[in-house]
Amino acid sequence: MIAERHVNLALVLGLIVVPSWALAADEPFTITLATRAVILALAAVGLNIALGIGGLVSLGHAAFFGIGGYVMGILAYHAQTFTPLDLGAFSIAGTKAMPVIWLAAIVLSAFVAAVIGALSLRTSGVYFIMITLAFGQMFYYFAVSWRSYGGADGMSIYVRNSFPGLDTLVPIQFFALCLVLLGLVLYLNARLVRSRFGLALDAARQVPLRVRTVGLDPLRLKLAAFVLSGAVTGLAGALYADLNRFVSPAMFSWQFSGEIMVLVILGGTGRLFGPVLGAVVFVALEHFLGGLTDFWQIYLGIILLLIVLFARGGIIGLLCGKRGLHD
Amino acid sequence: MQAGAGPGVFRGPPRLQRDRTARHMSAILIVEQILNGLQFGVMLFLMAAGLTLIFGVMGLINLAHGSLYMIGAFVAAAVAGATGSFLLAMICALVAAAVAGAIVEIVVIRRLYAAEHLDQVLATFALILIFSEGTRWVFGSFPMYLEIPDYLSGAVTLPGGIQYPLYRVMLIGAGLAVGLGLWALIEHTRIGIRIRAGENDREMVAALGVDISRLYTLVFALGAALAGLSGAMVGAIQSVQVGMGEPVLILAFVVIVIGGIGSIRGALVGALLVGLTDTLGGVFLPELFKLFMAPAAATSVGSALASMSIYIVMSLVLIWRPTGLFGGRA
Repeated sequence: MIAERHVNLALVLGLIVVPSWALAADEPFTITLATRAVILALAAVGLNIALGIGGLVSLGHAAFFGIGGYVMGILAYHAQTFTPLDLGAFSIAGTKAMPVIWLAAIVLSAFVAAVIGALSLRTSGVYFIMITLAFGQMFYYFAVSWRSYGGADGMSIYVRNSFPGLDTLVPIQFFALCLVLLGLVLYLNARLVRSRFGLALDAARQVPLRVRTVGLDPLRLKLAAFVLSGAVTGLAGALYADLNRFVSPAMFSWQFSGEIMVLVILGGTGRLFGPVLGAVVFVALEHFLGGLTDFWQIYLGIILLLIVLFARGGIIGLLCGKRGLHD
Repeated sequence: MQAGAGPGVFRGPPRLQRDRTARHMSAILIVEQILNGLQFGVMLFLMAAGLTLIFGVMGLINLAHGSLYMIGAFVAAAVAGATGSFLLAMICALVAAAVAGAIVEIVVIRRLYAAEHLDQVLATFALILIFSEGTRWVFGSFPMYLEIPDYLSGAVTLPGGIQYPLYRVMLIGAGLAVGLGLWALIEHTRIGIRIRAGENDREMVAALGVDISRLYTLVFALGAALAGLSGAMVGAIQSVQVGMGEPVLILAFVVIVIGGIGSIRGALVGALLVGLTDTLGGVFLPELFKLFMAPAAATSVGSALASMSIYIVMSLVLIWRPTGLFGGRA
């Protein structure tokens, strides 16, 4: 068995070495792939907070990913057309500044997560899975019929948004930006797990009754986790939209919710770096198998099935043996 | 990651065109739309009944139910294309879906009964990938079409002079008949007794000498057959293509969540509620908003709200009754 921190270290090194090599070898497409992996990893890290620590099986996280994407799309659209964004009582100007967009994406997806979470957490088990799925679909259909912002066709943003001091159109610079964000979120995630809140949440997943006995409300803990989780996934959505310079209702699709969940499970549920490994493996499979056959998702399906049936700890579980989130 | 089609996957036909006075027209429109909603709801019921039965008896959440629906539609289209017999196509679709269901149950699903919901979701999500891509591999990416046979095409005149497509009347009738058959099977046969007993206490049923794993395979195949039949019948009024099952699957989930997971009666009520809400909302909400908004804005807001309406209904139901209308447990 390999120690988990060695796997994590190898993963981090890989995420630095491969794009550096691609930069030296002038392979911008590899950098774009790596960026995609990092952003998907961020979305999955977000889900992992709810799923891995909180035990909340949300099949609607595409809602937050899509909200992040549409926040970016709408703000950038108004900036590129020089039209104000009319919010009824007042109007604001669009923006192309990434930090502002990220903040808006985080705040709005956290707010929506609070509403969805407060309603969904009234239920549990299968009902929770299905109601989160349904909320995701609600946003999907809303985006499809929202013609002001492209409806079913989605909309393009012509120039990638800007970050002070960087040229985000240079692939490696945008990649570095995403990687730093992922690192920051992982650091906060690690802190969170060891914090009083993280411990209480972990306990609320395992034995809610005991948590209640010591005077904590498991529901509020779970809601807080759901909000944090949605905010991180929303941030990932804003980055993903910027990577493609395109937003569409597909970001809200339930298949995407399923895919983020697959990333978490592929790597290893509840492991800090599980979602990152899952995303890297997923993008690599998509690229290499997708190059060999049009039907690569069959193989993805088979791999996923084998992991669920025979290797419940995901890839990290296979490499490092069974273990919980903390040592 | 392809996005699903809209919720109106088997929504009604374009309005029949006739010269009537406006008042008469709107009355006809309402009746037609109610019938469309009913037809949609009845087809949803066939899907939802299988899902809820499988959940009720085995405690399994099956995302791959939409794939069985798709298999039914593809087999029906292929058989009808090869033999020209619509009836044979329906029978083959039913059998193929049941067989596919039984195989999947034996190979994969039975390992999941004791697993967590998360594992069930993932494993059945994996099955969707395998089925969808496999179907694309075998049949190609282009949609297939299933023709309505001559003896079922055309329109019938309903009381009040309303013309309505015969095939859709047949769908409503067939769906209700299957529902009735299902009720009789569960309430009045030996297998039904075993299924109901399995819902209540699987250890006791096994202790009494019933082969529980065979019973589970049977229930799964029964649910699959219902899904396949539903897909085959709907295949004649929409194109048969990969990914057609998932929008219906999600609606069927909404149905069983509204009705209460595990309850067939709940599935019927939920299916009709969802079918009618979706169909009537799509037609009348834009009209309603036109009363106090500019037409373009009203159409946009109304149709947006209409496509979300069933999810709004579902969240209202869950806020009111967290385990659905007829559900007892989560």
